Amino acid sequence: MAISGVLRPGYVQVRVLDMKAALEHYRDRIGLDVVMTGDDGRVYLKAYDEFDHHSLILREADEPGMDFMSFKVMNEGMLDELHEKLLDGGVAVEEISAGGMPSVGRRLSFIAPTGHRFELFASIGLHPTGPMVNNPELWHAEPRGMRALRFDHCLLYGDDIDGAKALFMDLLGFAVTEQVVTPDGTVIATFLSCGMKAHDLALVRHDSKGKLHHVSFYLESWHDVGHAADIMSRYNMSVDIGPTRHGITRGQTIYFFDPSGNRNEVFAGGYTFYPDHPVRTWSTDEVGKAIFYYERALNDRFMTVVT
Amino acid sequence: MVEPHTIEMEDCGTQFRCPEGEGVLQAMERQGRRAIPVGCRNGGCGLCLVKITEGQFRAGPMSRRHVPAEHSEQGFALACRVYPQSDLRLRLATVSDRQSLQTECPSGQKGR
Ligand code: FES
Ligand SMILES: [Fe+2]
Repeated sequence: MAISGVLRPGYVQVRVLDMKAALEHYRDRIGLDVVMTGDDGRVYLKAYDEFDHHSLILREADEPGMDFMSFKVMNEGMLDELHEKLLDGGVAVEEISAGGMPSVGRRLSFIAPTGHRFELFASIGLHPTGPMVNNPELWHAEPRGMRALRFDHCLLYGDDIDGAKALFMDLLGFAVTEQVVTPDGTVIATFLSCGMKAHDLALVRHDSKGKLHHVSFYLESWHDVGHAADIMSRYNMSVDIGPTRHGITRGQTIYFFDPSGNRNEVFAGGYTFYPDHPVRTWSTDEVGKAIFYYERALNDRFMTVVT
Repeated sequence: MVEPHTIEMEDCGTQFRCPEGEGVLQAMERQGRRAIPVGCRNGGCGLCLVKITEGQFRAGPMSRRHVPAEHSEQGFALACRVYPQSDLRLRLATVSDRQSLQTECPSGQKGR
């Protein structure tokens, strides 16, 4: 059975303090392509291997962080079905008509119990620089910088992760792939998948609402993770940790910061998830390995540095 | 080329040198000192909040959530975005400094 409900992360809107510096980072270093700049100054970008019009929106603002993250659903009928499910589940949903965002059809918007705004949409234009479909070459032009293939997932920090987890599982059909649980049974981190990836959205318990831990981009290989590290050193970029591996999801990774202090990740690997797989659970006394498998300890920044 | 300036931490007496073009936090870290906590290094997370008690500096872009515009007058700044223009004396922000500075920055709400 192919995936038929929520397909994958669509786009994420990130606040930046300085657009010029942000573009140098996301376009020239990570290697995303600018597809358009809106009249209001927002810049729309996509990775070379994505079909859809955009996957990252940058908005200049006084403070960094995430405005919203979206998921693409199979079709307009499914969007109606999920709309109803959300309403039945007591979620306040705002419908935004087509035309509100370039190239995107009507959108459903709601705030999760963690304080984050999410959107669902079914229709978005394809961009001509997306993957070829007839006798497809690898790419139109060789990828730049870190050669990111796609926007992959977000890790978000918020208070009521139990409520958010229930919403994504019960109403939107996500599954938990992996989690970190304290001795008293409290879930402090949960990794959610809407398809066959090890995660599409991760949530960590935190005092305040609506925080961004990182926006993650997928790379082709461990070798490309090394190449990304070379670029970070060459351009004196702010690195958090890595190259290393996550025990959770098994991704091979680097955490680093954009010029506004938003954490980014580039990673490769990660296992394939099937809906019949049991949940993998880490206890808090092994949380170091769960997060950073080679260091076997969290760094101070993992729990404290968010935007 | 101007000589690097001397940065002195009131909390612990740590001193290090910082050229005009480099952030105070970055210079500290590069020289292996540990006087100010290091977060994003890019003015976003607020971890490196300090109060500059003496000296002149230029500030780069900082999250207004952690340093509201009206408070930069009082010498509060994020050390990763402080570029010295003279020798500086500074101290770490206290818990109560942070409480009085923290604001809900309205810009987050407008981003629909
Ligand atoms: S280290 Fe994050 S604001 Fe300076
Ligand atoms: Fe991640």
